[in-house]
Amino acid sequence: MAGFREYKIGSKMFGIALGGSMTITLFFPSINIASVSSTDIALTKQLQMGHETGFNLDDPMMLGWNKPLGVTLKADPKTGQALASDTVVFVYKKGTSFPAGILHPRILGEGIQQLSVEQGHVGDARKEVGAVFTLSKGTYQGKQYTYIENLTATKGWTPSDVMHVAKDEDVSNAGKGKTMFVREGCWWCHTLLPEETQDWQVFGAPPMLGDFNGESPTAFGSDRKAPDLLHVGSRNSSKEWMMMHFFNPRLVQPHSIMPRFDYLWGEKDASGNKIDFVKWRAEYDEYREGKRVTPPDVPSYASDSEIRGLIDFVLSLK
Amino acid sequence: MLKYLFAKNEDIPSGSSAIFFGFSAIVWFVIGTGMGSYNAAKLAFPDFVTGSELFSFGHMRQVHVMIVIFGWISMAFAMAMMYITPALGNNKLWSEKLGLWNCMLWNIGLTLGLTILWAGVTSGREYSDFPWPVDLYLASCVFIPLGINVWMTIINRRTQGIYTTNWFFAAATFMVIIVFLVGNLPEFFHLTGLTEAYLTWWFAHNVLGLWITPVAAAIAYYTIPKVTGNPLYSHRIGHLHFWSVVVFYSTPAAHHLMSAPLPEWLKSFASVEGVLILVPAIAFVSNILMTMQGKWHMFVENIEVRFTITGCLMAIPLNMQGGFQQTRAINWYIHGTGWIVAHAHLALLGFSTFLEVAAVYYGLQSIMKRKLYSITLANLHFWLLLIGFTTYWVSMTIAGLIQGAGKIYEVPYIDVVIAEHPYMIARWLGGSMVFTGNVLWLYNMWMTARKGTVVPQGRLPHELAYER
Repeated sequence: MAGFREYKIGSKMFGIALGGSMTITLFFPSINIASVSSTDIALTKQLQMGHETGFNLDDPMMLGWNKPLGVTLKADPKTGQALASDTVVFVYKKGTSFPAGILHPRILGEGIQQLSVEQGHVGDARKEVGAVFTLSKGTYQGKQYTYIENLTATKGWTPSDVMHVAKDEDVSNAGKGKTMFVREGCWWCHTLLPEETQDWQVFGAPPMLGDFNGESPTAFGSDRKAPDLLHVGSRNSSKEWMMMHFFNPRLVQPHSIMPRFDYLWGEKDASGNKIDFVKWRAEYDEYREGKRVTPPDVPSYASDSEIRGLIDFVLSLK
Repeated sequence: MLKYLFAKNEDIPSGSSAIFFGFSAIVWFVIGTGMGSYNAAKLAFPDFVTGSELFSFGHMRQVHVMIVIFGWISMAFAMAMMYITPALGNNKLWSEKLGLWNCMLWNIGLTLGLTILWAGVTSGREYSDFPWPVDLYLASCVFIPLGINVWMTIINRRTQGIYTTNWFFAAATFMVIIVFLVGNLPEFFHLTGLTEAYLTWWFAHNVLGLWITPVAAAIAYYTIPKVTGNPLYSHRIGHLHFWSVVVFYSTPAAHHLMSAPLPEWLKSFASVEGVLILVPAIAFVSNILMTMQGKWHMFVENIEVRFTITGCLMAIPLNMQGGFQQTRAINWYIHGTGWIVAHAHLALLGFSTFLEVAAVYYGLQSIMKRKLYSITLANLHFWLLLIGFTTYWVSMTIAGLIQGAGKIYEVPYIDVVIAEHPYMIARWLGGSMVFTGNVLWLYNMWMTARKGTVVPQGRLPHELAYER
């Protein structure tokens, strides 16, 4: 029962060793990471993705609930006057959870935090009534920053004002789409992290230190079996190509090993007709065997379908 | 087994929880490798099964990984702890009842967690894929009860000293709880951005470095001296192994994110610390191989020794890769390629699994006091695992080098996919061999329990392996 005296010393040494290791690998990096300021990319991403795109209690089955909408506005939703340039705003309808940067402006970084709170009034945003956010430019202590502006507080634009004037083609469901990206495991093959090699030439620049503030999960991916997607929207911005590629990747790339995501279309197509998947697959098999000259047409997706969100998300990766 | 859940602790036969854990682990291994083989088939033949959300690659890939880590490997560890810890303390397990409940809660929680994971409900964080309620369940109903049972058995031992294996068991069960609770902080408290990304890989690195690697090695420190009858070559080298695991293996987590925008000092630190894992690795492999002195014939004759030594020998290439692939010069080429997939399977399916398979073979025979039903099936199991794994490892390493070359020479990605195709088929064939071997194993162990020759009092099962 009684041990050696050395075991007491050993237990203490063990505590020191593991504690020291955790100090170096957790505490020290946390000082660095906490001081990182958000880039414009990080601000846009968190406003577009919302609070959380992995499992959370507001979207327990990961169906894309509780997500904001991105809206491109051409005119002031209150007065109807044309805006100087197209403005992208992010609409959080009543009850939608706010992203980390609104709840904890400290994570936005020096300057951005102060501007977002003092001039952007992000602290006045209320989940019970919803809010509309956009990115604005401002000056803090002589330096220019992009900050988050709560348009509901500064201009009185409510979510229903904005959605009233928004046409369907001006609305982006990229927040819901990021949930689909995580749920469907796109990131098991497609990384969101071009590597520090000649990879840059093909897939674009790797991300900057501040590109992730407020994003969860980051879903970098580690096991790349397919092209990097961080800037895919800049390489290919065709909705039609994306539609065919998601429905059956072999329609546009015969050697692709990507799975078919036709099930994300749901039951009905854009005109409300039931999609006959069995017929489509049978006709596609005939095409593949050379019995048909052209493959069957890909059904157009409904505006509330899961694939709509995923395509919006992929195209938002500029 | 289930009738003992509500029995008095002293009425439960010794070893019951080890048997329950052992068979659970084998069943999970069969399911996990079957799913791995299916996933590999999807990569080789993308139209193999289509039109179903549940059977798409993105829904099943993480289920395969979670089954083999938390179903097979961790349960085989628990099985080994349930019989090795008391054997080395010359006492009984602190509570067989706790062990049985632990195993049942483990099976139930894992089944539920995997079901929702399969449906796509995930945290989106690699290796900590389970949503946070499942993480809390695993910490409180799986790892903490396991730790309590191991620690109390060691505290109540009837020997003065503590043997090497039990230091590792005690420390690793403690460290895995810390790793689980700290690594999932982003999910518990909604930490975002680089903190989330870094802690994801801090968890992934340390669950391997402070749980899987040390416990697998600890098992070999028991199996080889016990089966060969030789004393451990050097306890001092065992000390070196233990302390260098704690100090060096817990530090290089950032080497998984060498191409991510993390602080440069952290990446350089991780790169250098990563080389130092050669210290515990060399200590372990040399200690085990030196213990074999004069008993090398058992490498051929004895199934447990053959599995263990093969696993130890695979630790050599494993650590030669592991010690250097995080250096910037090498990481640049192989990061994110199939090379890493091959390396991960060398660690979990090569090194670690071979050591645990030996412990499960040996433990089930000695607790049930029954000789192995068929040594032929056991040999077949060994060769299917070894040849299947080797096929997998070689093909994925080559595929990884092709991907690396494609990456730095700016080859259009689709040409890389075409070039990899034959290796994807080889990978699937290798994985299927491993799966087939495990089905035979499950049958063999089931028949051992039912029909194995009873081992007489005072004899060890492996002494009778070739007697009729």
